[in-house]
Amino acid sequence: LLSFLPERSNLAGVRHILLVLSGKGGVGKSTIATELALSLRHSGKKVGILDVDLCGPSIPRMFRVQDNDVHQCDSGWVPVFVDQDKSISLMSIGFLLEKPDDAVVWRGPKKNALIKQFVADVAWGDLDFLIVDTPPGTSDEHISTVEALRPYRPLGAVLVTTPQAVSVGDVRRELTFCKKMGLRVLGIVENMSGFVCPHCSECTNIFSKGGGEELAKHAGVPFLGCVPLDPQLSQSLEEGRDFIQEFPKSSAFPALAHIAQQILDGTLQRSS
Amino acid sequence: AEAAELRERLGAVKHTVLVLSGKGGVGKSTFSALLAHGLAADEAKQVALLDVDICGPSIPKMMGLEGEQVHQSGSGWSPVYVEENLGVMSVGFLLSSPDDAVIWRGPKKNGLIKQFLRDVDWGEIDYLIIDTPPGTSDEHLSIVQYLSAAHIDGAVIITTPQEVSLQDVRKEINFCHKVKLPIIGVVENMSGFICPKCKNESQIFPPTTGGAEKMCQNLNVSLLGKVPLDPQIGRSCDKGHSFLSEAPESPAASSYRNIIQRIQEYCDQRPFQEEKII
Repeated sequence: LLSFLPERSNLAGVRHILLVLSGKGGVGKSTIATELALSLRHSGKKVGILDVDLCGPSIPRMFRVQDNDVHQCDSGWVPVFVDQDKSISLMSIGFLLEKPDDAVVWRGPKKNALIKQFVADVAWGDLDFLIVDTPPGTSDEHISTVEALRPYRPLGAVLVTTPQAVSVGDVRRELTFCKKMGLRVLGIVENMSGFVCPHCSECTNIFSKGGGEELAKHAGVPFLGCVPLDPQLSQSLEEGRDFIQEFPKSSAFPALAHIAQQILDGTLQRSS
Repeated sequence: AEAAELRERLGAVKHTVLVLSGKGGVGKSTFSALLAHGLAADEAKQVALLDVDICGPSIPKMMGLEGEQVHQSGSGWSPVYVEENLGVMSVGFLLSSPDDAVIWRGPKKNGLIKQFLRDVDWGEIDYLIIDTPPGTSDEHLSIVQYLSAAHIDGAVIITTPQEVSLQDVRKEINFCHKVKLPIIGVVENMSGFICPKCKNESQIFPPTTGGAEKMCQNLNVSLLGKVPLDPQIGRSCDKGHSFLSEAPESPAASSYRNIIQRIQEYCDQRPFQEEKII
């Protein structure tokens, strides 16, 4: 039974909503969300990113728009467009902070109130995909976000992990969260999976290898692939560049493109 | 009355160190575990490690204590001991399965943190190390609030070199200033990688804005040290062993040891006073 959807809901024009989750911090949720958005854009899609990490909003910098302001219109907040094309738009608390070094030191209830606003009051317009980037964990932000999005029937969640057991241990709990909240798991990404030395091509598994793939098998969810550590990718994110456009020969590119393709294939399957 | 309870329980703790970061996945738990091992190497010292990351409790695995449960006695909850002089507490010990998720909102998390501080029978400890989740939210506010009954020597802040981390860590530093928590210093983790084959260095997480060094200069906090990436660190953590014992000759182990020593020196400069006026 769907809740009543307001007539002119700001999410009415959004075709597919997907969340990027992880039980573990620092595994690359924002990175994957960013690269997925860039890849989908290169496939001709219009994408929005909603960054609900209130304590550590990374998305604006990854698109070099960290100094932008947000404006309001009749229907709510106008998302920040990353370029002239208006093919990628963002909303993040990062835009609302007066000083970027200001800490958002809020307890749960206040965070929940802002998240509800973010979900309902951003005037996205028509989007093919809305990607929701989250902080690590299974707490206020996650519960509120999933509950607020539920009437709009999200496509599901992409879970990101690094290969080692310590990360996988937390991501298992995130899988439980998804199950309990009725959120479909689109698949698991094993990020930071191996490093190929640019000087001698020796591969070192700095954060181990295989844990994400094993978890996907164990949990019966799709495995979306391994993304290697790639200094060019890190550099790109630091500078807010379009890695997909500018570094197609870089080591992380094939895996990132493949993830996006699987998401696209999944949406075609869903419609048919 | 609550404050009095906490004061009583924490009154016998000589030094308390918080391990913080605005950013996730930079190595807080790794560092907390190694700091605990490092300090407990002196068998005369009693060390306690408290893991208040309720959603992602990594400490039990890193300390080789997965599957352990907490026992209750008349004097409260017993910590789980790795060594005779090193006790650990984590929500991980309260979960019966590795798939169990703690899907709690703020107030319930705060309640558990208070219980950890009030009900765990640590005994007399020289060092209480508190590992935290990333961010500046309920857990952090609560810890600082409840620990006002005890004496916090300060916070060690962990970062990695790139701006994406530093931008969150600056917020954490501001949080510390806001709540008047002294900062012992910053550790720059994952600082470069030396290929084991050709020995060339790669900056996998590039310090595009000057890394922790520049940030510390700008914000007038100490840089305690830099630790390079070393695949053995992750392996040791996954096995639940101390990296310092497994790879004592590695450059990363040497960096960690130096940093731990600096923290110890910082704490020693602030002698424990029996009577605390709150």
